[in-house]
Amino acid sequence: MLYYIIRRIIIIIPLLLILSIVSFIIIQLPPGSFLDTYVSTLKLSGTEVSDAEIARLVKLYDLDKPLYVQYFTWIKNIVLYGDFGRSFQWNRPVSQLIGERIGLTMLISILTIFFTWVIAVPIGIYSALHQYSIFDYIFTFLGFIGLALPSFLVALLVVWGAFSTFGISVTGLFSAKFINAPWSWAKVIDMLKHIWVPMVIIGISGTAGLIRTMRANLLDELRKQYVITARAKGLPERRLIFKYPVRIAVNPLVSTIGWMLPGVVGGEVIVSIVLNIPTTGPLLYGALQSQDMYLAGSFIMILSTLTVIGTLISDILLAWLDPRVRYGGMRE
Amino acid sequence: MSDFNTSLNYEEEREEERTEREERFYLASQSQLIWWKFRRHRLAMIALPLLIFLYLLAIFADFFVPYNPETRFPAYLNAPPTKIHFFSKEGGFHRPFIYNLKRELNPNSFQLTFTEDHTKRYPIRFFIKGESYKLLGIFPTNVHLFGTEEAPIFLFGTDKLGRCLFSRTVYGARISLSIGLVGVFLSFILGVILGGISGYFGGTVDEIIQRTIDFLISIPGIPLWMALSASLPRDWSVVKTYFAITIILSLVGWCGLARVVRGKLLALREEDFVMAARLVGASEWRIITRHLLPSFASHLIVSITLSIPSMILGETALSFLGLGMRPPAISWGVLLQDAQQVIVVAQRPWQLMPAFFVIITVLLFNFLGDGLRDAVDPYAR
Repeated sequence: MLYYIIRRIIIIIPLLLILSIVSFIIIQLPPGSFLDTYVSTLKLSGTEVSDAEIARLVKLYDLDKPLYVQYFTWIKNIVLYGDFGRSFQWNRPVSQLIGERIGLTMLISILTIFFTWVIAVPIGIYSALHQYSIFDYIFTFLGFIGLALPSFLVALLVVWGAFSTFGISVTGLFSAKFINAPWSWAKVIDMLKHIWVPMVIIGISGTAGLIRTMRANLLDELRKQYVITARAKGLPERRLIFKYPVRIAVNPLVSTIGWMLPGVVGGEVIVSIVLNIPTTGPLLYGALQSQDMYLAGSFIMILSTLTVIGTLISDILLAWLDPRVRYGGMRE
Repeated sequence: MSDFNTSLNYEEEREEERTEREERFYLASQSQLIWWKFRRHRLAMIALPLLIFLYLLAIFADFFVPYNPETRFPAYLNAPPTKIHFFSKEGGFHRPFIYNLKRELNPNSFQLTFTEDHTKRYPIRFFIKGESYKLLGIFPTNVHLFGTEEAPIFLFGTDKLGRCLFSRTVYGARISLSIGLVGVFLSFILGVILGGISGYFGGTVDEIIQRTIDFLISIPGIPLWMALSASLPRDWSVVKTYFAITIILSLVGWCGLARVVRGKLLALREEDFVMAARLVGASEWRIITRHLLPSFASHLIVSITLSIPSMILGETALSFLGLGMRPPAISWGVLLQDAQQVIVVAQRPWQLMPAFFVIITVLLFNFLGDGLRDAVDPYAR
């Protein structure tokens, strides 16, 4: 098991390296240098930038050196000082801005995955046990619609529906009086009242996919001989199904976290833009619109890194649950 | 005795009928088997003609819509969809007609509202002469499928500049529907080449390509797409942006296809017929193109069909956020930009009509893909 974990961690190191290069390329993509944009933005807002300040920034990020040196300086600053560069739009360090918001993104993503599971697994089991029944068809049809609905459109429709029928606003994550308040018990309660809206919206397409996987897995298991044997032995149907096939059918679902996570994080970004939730989405969107590239590139990198780590955790979980994966990994 | 005879005859007849059916089954070509199986999938059989219709709508957009998508009607800004009537206010039955819309200031809310002017009826005419255009970009004509004289008809209402939303939606289908096909075509080429190399040669090359795919699949697509398309220069022409967006979308899209190709190749290259071809001295290229590719072409078609929707949704999401296609280009995502604010949607819900088309298209592609998936393995029960 330890060997498996170490092997997996070694694999993601080159992955993270490529990620950082891609993010750096994204930072460099827009025309014009970061410094020019930074200085001109500050001048527009009426702040004069001294030559000494410019020289300090050039030295800090090695902006006068070739690109690969800039890249290594960028990485060095991140690893050693946790410095991701500066956002000229906010005139603050990128790490501060991201730190404030990344937690909520992760929270919503994880809650969404749990929500998806809680909804999809029972429905999947039901559909498999009652294959071709009315409800199976209904769930299959709803699943198709769920897959076809782009999450940002659902968000838009929900906001519109809530606004036009109940006259309430479901945007944001906190009530007005809590927005700038420090964290407290009351604020957490208030957040929980709002957080289910993005959670449900982001979860829709994932739920649809998961129901189909769960249904197919369980159907495969139900056809196996051990089920017939157990039934022949006279095991009560309910105990038989929940004790053996369901447990085996749920196993591969753990690995679905791996492919669900990128989708959920991406969905979170786009839904939070529409719903105006104070997570990474709107900040990334704003950064991209004003070409605030240190902020945007760092966002891509951190979001991707966390996704990769999440996938790693789900793989380890799966190996722990299912010895076949563990030993399959050893043989290679 | 006679009873026994007839039942025996009956048995024989049924036996004959069955063998005939079985024979037909065994003699049928693979494509025929696939078609028979596909025909049994009802949703897919509905989806196929509807999708063909949508694409025809996009190709002959100029003919199907009453107005040019850029034509403005200054007297009809933000007009609601025109109602089509069959009965006049006096109660008589007529051919379909519309009333003209009058703009009035609502004294309570100080908003402009439209009311129908019941004094005159304007019948809807088919194959009416209107604005001239070139059909397929070649044949100059001015015949439109339907339209009205004098009072304009807006099936989906108008936008804030007074342009016909129905015409714009149908035109938008051109970009929205084709971006899925072009994007999938690009991913198809990438996927088949890289997946093919990976599966056929194996070893280090395989390892590198597999790790690249792992990498691309493990990063969240939407933020990456947003970043890449946001860095496209704003002064690029529509065509340039179109292809850039397509390339960005297929950067991630090829992974799934490459995996299918690799998996199938790995399984197939151990088959006897490949060994036979190799023994006869066929070249690697010939084995791949003549023997291997045709044997999993059907699986490829399924993967392709199922990856079109994500391309369409990707383009719509990017354009909706203003990071993908930009006006003057017309796509469903661009049209939905107008519906970004809740206030706008609350006052003019018809701005959401393009969304309806997006959902229907994606749904149809999913149904079609599902039907194809069931059909490609005609020997499976």
